[in-house]
Amino acid sequence: MRHTISLFLTLAAFWLFNSGHYSMLVMSLGLVSIVLVLIICHKMDVVDQESQPLYLTPQILGYFVWLIKEIIQANITVVKHIWLGKESISPTFKKIKISQKTDMGKVIYANSITLTPGTVAIDLVDDEIIVHALLYKDFESLEAGEMDRRVSLLER
Amino acid sequence: MEFFIIISSGLCLLIGSFLCVSGGIGIIRFPDFYTRMHAVGITDTLGAGLILIGLMLLSTDLLVFAKLVMILLLTLLIGPTTSHVLAKAALHNGLAPKLNQDALDHNSLDQTGNEETNSSNP
Amino acid sequence: MLIAATLAIFVAMFLAVIRGIAGPTLYDRILAVNMFGTKTVLLIALLGFVMGRPEFLDIAILYALINFISVIGVLRYSDTNEFKHTPAKQEPTKKEH
Repeated sequence: MRHTISLFLTLAAFWLFNSGHYSMLVMSLGLVSIVLVLIICHKMDVVDQESQPLYLTPQILGYFVWLIKEIIQANITVVKHIWLGKESISPTFKKIKISQKTDMGKVIYANSITLTPGTVAIDLVDDEIIVHALLYKDFESLEAGEMDRRVSLLER
Repeated sequence: MEFFIIISSGLCLLIGSFLCVSGGIGIIRFPDFYTRMHAVGITDTLGAGLILIGLMLLSTDLLVFAKLVMILLLTLLIGPTTSHVLAKAALHNGLAPKLNQDALDHNSLDQTGNEETNSSNP
Repeated sequence: MLIAATLAIFVAMFLAVIRGIAGPTLYDRILAVNMFGTKTVLLIALLGFVMGRPEFLDIAILYALINFISVIGVLRYSDTNEFKHTPAKQEPTKKEH
Protein backbone atom coordinates (compact mmCIF):
# COMPACT_ATOMS: atom_id res chain seq x y z
CA MET A 1 0.00 0.00 0.00
CA ARG A 2 2.86 2.39 0.81
CA HIS A 3 4.30 1.67 -2.62
CA THR A 4 1.02 2.45 -4.37
CA ILE A 5 0.77 5.78 -2.54
CA SER A 6 4.35 6.69 -3.41
CA LEU A 7 3.78 5.80 -7.09
CA PHE A 8 0.58 7.89 -7.07
CA LEU A 9 2.40 10.90 -5.62
CA THR A 10 5.22 10.58 -8.16
CA LEU A 11 2.82 10.39 -11.10
CA ALA A 12 0.73 13.29 -9.76
CA ALA A 13 3.82 15.48 -9.41
CA PHE A 14 4.88 14.51 -12.94
CA TRP A 15 1.48 15.50 -14.34
CA LEU A 16 1.22 18.78 -12.40
CA PHE A 17 4.71 19.96 -13.32
CA ASN A 18 4.32 19.02 -16.97
CA SER A 19 0.87 20.39 -17.69
CA GLY A 20 0.83 23.90 -16.22
CA HIS A 21 -2.94 24.20 -16.72
CA TYR A 22 -4.96 23.87 -13.54
CA SER A 23 -8.54 23.91 -14.81
CA MET A 24 -11.09 21.35 -13.64
CA LEU A 25 -11.17 19.42 -16.94
CA VAL A 26 -7.39 18.97 -17.21
CA MET A 27 -7.05 17.98 -13.56
CA SER A 28 -9.76 15.33 -13.86
CA LEU A 29 -8.16 13.99 -17.05
CA GLY A 30 -4.90 13.75 -15.11
CA LEU A 31 -6.58 11.86 -12.28
CA VAL A 32 -8.12 9.40 -14.75
CA SER A 33 -4.77 8.74 -16.44
CA ILE A 34 -2.98 8.28 -13.13
CA VAL A 35 -5.57 5.74 -11.99
CA LEU A 36 -5.27 3.95 -15.35
CA VAL A 37 -1.47 3.74 -14.99
CA LEU A 38 -1.83 2.46 -11.42
CA ILE A 39 -4.23 -0.29 -12.59
CA ILE A 40 -1.86 -1.31 -15.40
CA CYS A 41 1.10 -1.35 -13.00
CA HIS A 42 -0.81 -3.59 -10.59
CA LYS A 43 -1.67 -5.97 -13.43
CA MET A 44 2.01 -6.06 -14.45
CA ASP A 45 2.90 -6.72 -10.80
CA VAL A 46 5.68 -4.16 -10.69
CA VAL A 47 4.54 -2.09 -7.70
CA ASP A 48 6.79 -3.45 -4.99
CA GLN A 49 9.97 -2.91 -3.01
CA GLU A 50 12.03 -3.01 -6.17
CA SER A 51 10.39 -0.28 -8.24
CA GLN A 52 9.69 2.00 -5.28
CA PRO A 53 12.71 1.59 -2.97
CA LEU A 54 11.29 3.58 -0.06
CA TYR A 55 13.56 1.96 2.50
CA LEU A 56 16.55 3.69 0.89
CA THR A 57 15.22 7.22 1.39
CA PRO A 58 16.93 8.19 4.69
CA GLN A 59 20.50 7.31 3.71
CA ILE A 60 20.51 7.89 -0.04
CA LEU A 61 20.90 11.68 0.19
CA GLY A 62 24.26 11.41 1.89
CA TYR A 63 25.37 8.90 -0.72
CA PHE A 64 24.30 11.23 -3.54
CA VAL A 65 26.32 14.10 -2.12
CA TRP A 66 29.38 11.86 -1.92
CA LEU A 67 28.75 10.53 -5.45
CA ILE A 68 28.47 14.05 -6.93
CA LYS A 69 31.80 14.98 -5.33
CA GLU A 70 33.33 11.82 -6.80
CA ILE A 71 31.85 12.55 -10.27
CA ILE A 72 33.34 16.06 -10.27
CA GLN A 73 36.80 14.74 -9.37
CA ALA A 74 36.62 12.03 -12.05
CA ASN A 75 35.49 14.61 -14.63
CA ILE A 76 38.51 16.80 -13.93
CA THR A 77 40.83 13.79 -14.32
CA VAL A 78 39.29 12.66 -17.61
CA VAL A 79 39.28 16.18 -19.10
CA LYS A 80 42.95 16.54 -18.18
CA HIS A 81 43.75 13.29 -19.96
CA ILE A 82 41.70 14.29 -23.03
CA TRP A 83 43.86 17.36 -23.48
CA LEU A 84 47.07 15.43 -22.68
CA GLY A 85 46.42 13.07 -25.58
CA LYS A 86 46.32 9.37 -26.17
CA GLU A 87 49.81 8.60 -24.81
CA SER A 88 48.83 9.50 -21.26
CA ILE A 89 45.97 7.02 -20.86
CA SER A 90 46.25 3.38 -19.84
CA PRO A 91 43.01 1.53 -20.68
CA THR A 92 42.39 -1.39 -18.34
CA PHE A 93 39.86 -4.15 -18.53
CA LYS A 94 39.33 -6.37 -15.53
CA LYS A 95 36.94 -8.21 -13.24
CA ILE A 96 36.35 -6.99 -9.71
CA LYS A 97 34.63 -8.65 -6.77
CA ILE A 98 31.67 -6.96 -5.14
CA SER A 99 30.41 -7.50 -1.62
CA GLN A 100 26.74 -6.55 -2.06
CA LYS A 101 24.17 -9.25 -1.43
CA THR A 102 20.89 -7.80 -2.67
CA ASP A 103 20.02 -7.05 -6.28
CA MET A 104 19.34 -3.42 -5.42
CA GLY A 105 22.79 -2.98 -3.92
CA LYS A 106 24.45 -4.54 -6.97
CA VAL A 107 22.51 -2.30 -9.34
CA ILE A 108 23.32 0.84 -7.35
CA TYR A 109 27.01 -0.07 -7.31
CA ALA A 110 27.20 -0.88 -11.05
CA ASN A 111 25.29 2.27 -11.95
CA SER A 112 27.56 4.39 -9.78
CA ILE A 113 30.60 2.90 -11.51
CA THR A 114 29.15 3.72 -14.91
CA LEU A 115 28.01 7.20 -13.89
CA THR A 116 31.53 8.12 -12.81
CA PRO A 117 33.45 9.10 -15.95
CA GLY A 118 36.55 7.01 -16.52
CA THR A 119 35.02 3.70 -15.47
CA VAL A 120 32.25 1.73 -17.18
CA ALA A 121 30.66 -1.44 -15.78
CA ILE A 122 30.21 -3.75 -18.75
CA ASP A 123 28.78 -6.95 -17.35
CA LEU A 124 27.49 -8.21 -14.00
CA VAL A 125 27.73 -11.94 -13.32
CA ASP A 126 26.84 -13.21 -9.83
CA ASP A 127 29.25 -11.28 -7.63
CA GLU A 128 31.73 -10.04 -10.21
CA ILE A 129 31.61 -6.89 -12.34
CA ILE A 130 33.63 -6.54 -15.55
CA VAL A 131 34.94 -2.98 -15.58
CA HIS A 132 36.65 -1.01 -18.32
CA ALA A 133 38.68 1.87 -16.92
CA LEU A 134 40.41 4.68 -18.76
CA LEU A 135 43.33 4.79 -16.35
CA TYR A 136 44.90 2.06 -14.27
CA LYS A 137 44.80 4.48 -11.32
CA ASP A 138 40.99 4.72 -11.49
CA PHE A 139 40.89 0.99 -11.29
CA GLU A 140 43.04 0.86 -8.20
CA SER A 141 40.82 3.39 -6.46
CA LEU A 142 37.82 1.18 -7.26
CA GLU A 143 39.58 -1.83 -5.78
CA ALA A 144 40.40 0.14 -2.65
CA GLY A 145 36.68 -0.18 -1.97
CA GLU A 146 35.48 3.21 -0.75
CA MET A 147 32.43 3.15 -3.04
CA ASP A 148 31.80 -0.52 -2.31
CA ARG A 149 31.71 0.15 1.42
CA ARG A 150 29.32 3.09 1.05
CA VAL A 151 26.90 1.12 -1.14
CA SER A 152 26.99 -1.78 1.32
CA LEU A 153 25.94 0.63 4.05
CA LEU A 154 22.84 1.48 1.99
CA GLU A 155 21.49 -2.04 1.79
CA ARG A 156 20.00 -3.78 4.76
CA MET B 1 21.71 39.42 -5.50
CA GLU B 2 20.53 39.72 -9.11
CA PHE B 3 24.09 40.36 -10.21
CA PHE B 4 25.39 37.38 -8.24
CA ILE B 5 22.85 35.01 -9.83
CA ILE B 6 23.72 36.18 -13.34
CA ILE B 7 27.45 35.79 -12.70
CA SER B 8 27.12 32.29 -11.23
CA SER B 9 24.83 31.07 -14.02
CA GLY B 10 27.26 32.46 -16.60
CA LEU B 11 30.09 30.61 -14.88
CA CYS B 12 28.11 27.34 -14.88
CA LEU B 13 27.28 27.74 -18.57
CA LEU B 14 30.90 28.52 -19.42
CA ILE B 15 32.35 25.50 -17.59
CA GLY B 16 29.59 23.26 -18.94
CA SER B 17 30.21 24.27 -22.53
CA PHE B 18 33.96 23.82 -22.04
CA LEU B 19 33.29 20.27 -20.79
CA CYS B 20 31.02 19.55 -23.77
CA VAL B 21 33.66 20.72 -26.25
CA SER B 22 36.27 18.66 -24.36
CA GLY B 23 34.07 15.60 -24.70
CA GLY B 24 33.80 16.29 -28.42
CA ILE B 25 37.58 16.55 -28.72
CA GLY B 26 37.89 13.33 -26.74
CA ILE B 27 35.57 11.41 -29.03
CA ILE B 28 37.82 12.44 -31.93
CA ARG B 29 41.19 11.87 -30.24
CA PHE B 30 40.85 8.66 -28.27
CA PRO B 31 42.11 5.48 -29.95
CA ASP B 32 39.29 2.95 -29.62
CA PHE B 33 35.61 2.54 -28.90
CA TYR B 34 35.81 1.82 -25.16
CA THR B 35 37.92 4.89 -24.40
CA ARG B 36 35.67 7.10 -26.52
CA MET B 37 32.81 5.96 -24.33
CA HIS B 38 34.46 7.65 -21.33
CA ALA B 39 34.67 10.91 -23.29
CA VAL B 40 30.94 10.76 -23.96
CA GLY B 41 30.45 10.09 -20.23
CA ILE B 42 31.84 13.55 -19.42
CA THR B 43 29.37 15.36 -21.63
CA ASP B 44 26.53 13.27 -20.25
CA THR B 45 27.17 13.88 -16.56
CA LEU B 46 28.88 17.11 -15.62
CA GLY B 47 28.62 18.91 -18.98
CA ALA B 48 24.86 18.54 -19.26
CA GLY B 49 24.48 19.00 -15.51
CA LEU B 50 26.29 22.33 -15.36
CA ILE B 51 24.51 23.73 -18.43
CA LEU B 52 21.12 22.75 -17.00
CA ILE B 53 22.03 24.19 -13.56
CA GLY B 54 23.03 27.43 -15.28
CA LEU B 55 19.65 27.54 -17.00
CA MET B 56 17.90 26.75 -13.68
CA LEU B 57 19.52 29.81 -12.10
CA LEU B 58 18.17 31.95 -14.94
CA SER B 59 14.62 30.58 -14.75
CA THR B 60 11.95 32.74 -13.13
CA ASP B 61 9.04 30.32 -13.31
CA LEU B 62 8.53 27.31 -11.03
CA LEU B 63 7.33 25.15 -13.93
CA VAL B 64 10.40 25.90 -16.03
CA PHE B 65 12.60 25.03 -13.06
CA ALA B 66 10.76 21.73 -12.52
CA LYS B 67 11.10 20.82 -16.19
CA LEU B 68 14.84 21.52 -16.12
CA VAL B 69 15.18 19.28 -13.05
CA MET B 70 13.26 16.60 -14.94
CA ILE B 71 15.57 16.85 -17.96
CA LEU B 72 18.59 16.62 -15.65
CA LEU B 73 17.25 13.50 -13.93
CA LEU B 74 16.42 11.89 -17.29
CA THR B 75 19.92 12.62 -18.61
CA LEU B 76 21.55 11.17 -15.50
CA LEU B 77 19.40 8.03 -15.76
CA ILE B 78 19.73 7.56 -19.52
CA GLY B 79 23.47 8.20 -19.94
CA PRO B 80 24.86 5.26 -17.92
CA THR B 81 22.17 2.91 -19.21
CA THR B 82 22.96 3.50 -22.88
CA SER B 83 26.73 3.35 -22.39
CA HIS B 84 26.41 0.10 -20.42
CA VAL B 85 24.14 -1.48 -23.05
CA LEU B 86 26.42 -0.32 -25.86
CA ALA B 87 29.58 -1.65 -24.16
CA LYS B 88 27.93 -4.96 -23.35
CA ALA B 89 26.75 -5.41 -26.96
CA ALA B 90 30.20 -4.50 -28.28
CA LEU B 91 31.96 -6.94 -25.95
CA HIS B 92 29.60 -9.80 -26.69
CA ASN B 93 30.04 -9.27 -30.42
CA GLY B 94 33.80 -9.60 -30.17
CA LEU B 95 35.11 -6.05 -30.33
CA ALA B 96 38.40 -6.31 -28.46
CA PRO B 97 39.51 -3.32 -26.39
CA LYS B 98 42.92 -1.82 -27.10
CA LEU B 99 44.99 -2.14 -23.95
CA ASN B 100 48.40 -0.70 -23.22
CA GLN B 101 51.31 -2.99 -22.45
CA ASP B 102 51.95 -2.45 -18.75
CA ALA B 103 48.23 -2.79 -18.06
CA LEU B 104 48.32 -6.10 -19.94
CA ASP B 105 50.81 -7.52 -17.46
CA HIS B 106 48.35 -6.99 -14.63
CA ASN B 107 45.51 -8.23 -16.75
CA SER B 108 44.16 -11.42 -15.23
CA LEU B 109 41.00 -11.57 -17.30
CA ASP B 110 40.72 -14.94 -18.97
CA GLN B 111 38.03 -14.36 -21.50
CA THR B 112 36.65 -17.01 -23.78
CA GLY B 113 35.30 -15.02 -26.70
CA ASN B 114 38.22 -12.64 -26.74
CA GLU B 115 41.41 -14.22 -27.99
CA GLU B 116 42.95 -10.90 -29.00
CA THR B 117 43.98 -9.92 -25.47
CA ASN B 118 45.36 -13.34 -24.64
CA SER B 119 47.36 -13.83 -27.82
CA SER B 120 49.04 -10.46 -27.54
CA ASN B 121 50.11 -11.19 -23.97
CA PRO B 122 53.80 -12.12 -24.13
CA MET C 1 26.69 33.70 -22.35
CA LEU C 2 23.66 31.75 -23.54
CA ILE C 3 24.70 32.26 -27.16
CA ALA C 4 28.28 31.21 -26.38
CA ALA C 5 27.00 27.99 -24.77
CA THR C 6 24.80 27.37 -27.84
CA LEU C 7 27.82 27.75 -30.13
CA ALA C 8 29.85 25.37 -27.93
CA ILE C 9 27.09 22.77 -28.17
CA PHE C 10 27.12 23.23 -31.95
CA VAL C 11 30.87 22.54 -31.99
CA ALA C 12 30.42 19.39 -29.88
CA MET C 13 27.65 18.18 -32.21
CA PHE C 14 29.86 18.82 -35.24
CA LEU C 15 32.68 16.74 -33.71
CA ALA C 16 30.20 13.95 -32.97
CA VAL C 17 29.08 13.99 -36.60
CA ILE C 18 32.70 13.71 -37.74
CA ARG C 19 33.16 10.65 -35.53
CA GLY C 20 29.89 9.23 -36.83
CA ILE C 21 31.04 9.52 -40.43
CA ALA C 22 34.63 8.42 -39.82
CA GLY C 23 34.03 5.82 -37.09
CA PRO C 24 35.71 2.54 -38.01
CA THR C 25 33.23 0.26 -36.24
CA LEU C 26 29.46 0.20 -36.03
CA TYR C 27 29.58 0.87 -32.28
CA ASP C 28 31.49 4.11 -32.78
CA ARG C 29 28.71 5.29 -35.02
CA ILE C 30 25.98 4.36 -32.54
CA LEU C 31 27.95 6.13 -29.79
CA ALA C 32 28.26 9.25 -31.94
CA VAL C 33 24.55 9.23 -32.75
CA ASN C 34 23.74 8.87 -29.04
CA MET C 35 25.99 11.79 -28.14
CA PHE C 36 24.43 13.85 -30.93
CA GLY C 37 21.01 13.13 -29.45
CA THR C 38 21.92 14.16 -25.89
CA LYS C 39 23.55 17.33 -27.22
CA THR C 40 20.35 18.05 -29.17
CA VAL C 41 18.38 17.96 -25.91
CA LEU C 42 20.72 20.56 -24.42
CA LEU C 43 20.56 22.62 -27.62
CA ILE C 44 16.75 22.71 -27.58
CA ALA C 45 16.72 23.78 -23.92
CA LEU C 46 19.28 26.53 -24.58
CA LEU C 47 17.44 27.75 -27.69
CA GLY C 48 14.25 28.00 -25.64
CA PHE C 49 16.02 30.42 -23.31
CA VAL C 50 17.71 32.35 -26.15
CA MET C 51 14.40 32.91 -27.93
CA GLY C 52 12.48 33.47 -24.70
CA ARG C 53 10.10 30.58 -25.27
CA PRO C 54 10.29 28.09 -22.36
CA GLU C 55 7.76 25.80 -24.07
CA PHE C 56 10.74 24.30 -25.89
CA LEU C 57 11.56 22.37 -22.70
CA ASP C 58 8.62 20.02 -23.34
CA ILE C 59 10.14 19.15 -26.70
CA ALA C 60 13.51 18.62 -25.00
CA ILE C 61 12.00 16.07 -22.56
CA LEU C 62 10.31 14.25 -25.45
CA TYR C 63 13.53 14.24 -27.45
CA ALA C 64 15.48 12.74 -24.52
CA LEU C 65 12.98 9.89 -24.23
CA ILE C 66 12.89 9.22 -27.99
CA ASN C 67 16.69 9.23 -28.18
CA PHE C 68 16.96 6.69 -25.36
CA ILE C 69 14.34 4.40 -26.87
CA SER C 70 15.93 4.54 -30.33
CA VAL C 71 19.39 3.55 -29.07
CA ILE C 72 17.97 0.72 -26.96
CA GLY C 73 15.82 -0.35 -29.93
CA VAL C 74 18.80 -0.51 -32.28
CA LEU C 75 20.81 -2.51 -29.76
CA ARG C 76 17.99 -5.04 -29.32
CA TYR C 77 19.14 -6.40 -32.68
CA SER C 78 22.74 -6.71 -31.53
CA ASP C 79 22.67 -10.53 -31.39
CA THR C 80 22.15 -10.86 -35.12
CA ASN C 81 25.05 -11.54 -37.43
CA GLU C 82 25.07 -8.05 -38.90
CA PHE C 83 26.57 -6.71 -35.67
CA LYS C 84 29.46 -9.18 -35.47
CA HIS C 85 32.73 -7.31 -35.33
CA THR C 86 35.29 -8.75 -37.75
CA PRO C 87 38.74 -7.33 -36.99
CA ALA C 88 40.02 -8.12 -40.46
CA LYS C 89 41.96 -5.16 -41.74
CA GLN C 90 42.10 -2.58 -39.02
CA GLU C 91 44.43 -4.21 -36.52
CA PRO C 92 47.42 -5.53 -38.44
CA THR C 93 49.87 -3.87 -36.05
CA LYS C 94 48.85 -5.94 -33.06
CA LYS C 95 49.56 -9.24 -34.81
CA GLU C 96 53.30 -8.60 -34.71
CA HIS C 97 53.86 -9.48 -31.11
